Amino acid sequence: MADNTFMLEIVTPEQIVFKDEVQFVVVPAVDGELGVLVNHAALVTALTIGVLRYREPSGAEKKMAVSGGFMEVVDNVARVLAETSERGSEIDILRAKDSARRARERLTQRNENINYARAQLSLNRAIARLKAAGEKLD
Amino acid sequence: MAGAGVREFKRRIRSVKNTQQITKAMKMVAAAKLRRAQESAEASRPYTETLQGTLARLTAVAYDVTHPLLEKREDILKVGYIVVTADRGLCGAFNSNIIRLTVQTITEDTRDVDHGIIAVGRKGRDFFRKRGEVDAEFVNLGDNVSYADAREIGQYIVNAYENEELDEVYIVYGKFINALRQVPTVVKVLPIDPPTKDEEVEERYVEYIYEPSAEEILLTLLPRYIGSQIYNAMLESKASEFGARMTAMGNATENAGEIIDSLTLKMNNVRQAAITDEILDIVGGAEALKKGGK
Repeated sequence: MADNTFMLEIVTPEQIVFKDEVQFVVVPAVDGELGVLVNHAALVTALTIGVLRYREPSGAEKKMAVSGGFMEVVDNVARVLAETSERGSEIDILRAKDSARRARERLTQRNENINYARAQLSLNRAIARLKAAGEKLD
Repeated sequence: MAGAGVREFKRRIRSVKNTQQITKAMKMVAAAKLRRAQESAEASRPYTETLQGTLARLTAVAYDVTHPLLEKREDILKVGYIVVTADRGLCGAFNSNIIRLTVQTITEDTRDVDHGIIAVGRKGRDFFRKRGEVDAEFVNLGDNVSYADAREIGQYIVNAYENEELDEVYIVYGKFINALRQVPTVVKVLPIDPPTKDEEVEERYVEYIYEPSAEEILLTLLPRYIGSQIYNAMLESKASEFGARMTAMGNATENAGEIIDSLTLKMNNVRQAAITDEILDIVGGAEALKKGGK
């Protein structure tokens, strides 16, 4: 292990999405973005729906969409538990755009059958996926 | 004429052989799916274990947190049972064992409470629908358990619990011991009994920073904990279902083999008897001719 890297694990209920050495990671914490470097103090933080960024030892930066959960950092292992998580490069942009549009439509309608909180969450997830995929938002 | 008897046996043997081929195929399919179900169960372990560990630590730190999902209610009016069964039969006593355990748990509850069934899987739903006890159903979820389904079920019971439609929730599922043994099990889901760290000796004391606070993290974790509990129960039940089906179909294949053996034996007896009869006839006829010719 190089001196300036630590272990990042991204775990969902269905699988371990990512497990590798990274130089740093920025996660979407509930109070804003939170960055972790090597030798970080032990930490537990709640996450919101958003984009997680990490830098590989080679210096390349990668993005992932995560939906909620939390991160635990201890002994140079950062473990992110999220309900879903997708690599930016694997995101289906058309589908994400489609669901963003649908969620927006629902939010602008006045209808008591619509669960607005749910539509908002769905919109947030779609936006996070688009951002992680490097798409511009309209 | 004895030939008709032999033909009849042949027909029956062919029919049993066909059945045997089907049961054999089902056994192999179940074995393959069992392997896949076990792999998914394995894959979910890191998530569950980290979640439990963190939750145990958090409840130790934020012990004075109150949350409706943690509180035991004084007056219990209605108890919910999530019953996880298979969508299909032909898996031995798997479904009926789970249903029986549910019914038994309900009858043994001596408190004066109502109960409702949240049916996961068609077999359980069909049974409890006849009794008019199904509050909600989640069926045809397929062979691959998805976390999204588990979360939806979790959301349903959390809502029902928060609206005080349910005051306690249990999950009944087939605990997977190995391919040959599955134990129907009842586990309490709500109110949450947070996992404790007692079995695991804390190696050393680590002072964690909680962002924004231990309480708030705990609150976001609780619904997730329920989701993961349901997900795990569903995964185990799926593995158990395939294990049970594999055993049942293995037995069926074996039984079919025995029937074929015994039918073949009987068929040969009949054929042999027919041949003997014919030989006797010929010999008898020849003798008669010989005598007549003298």
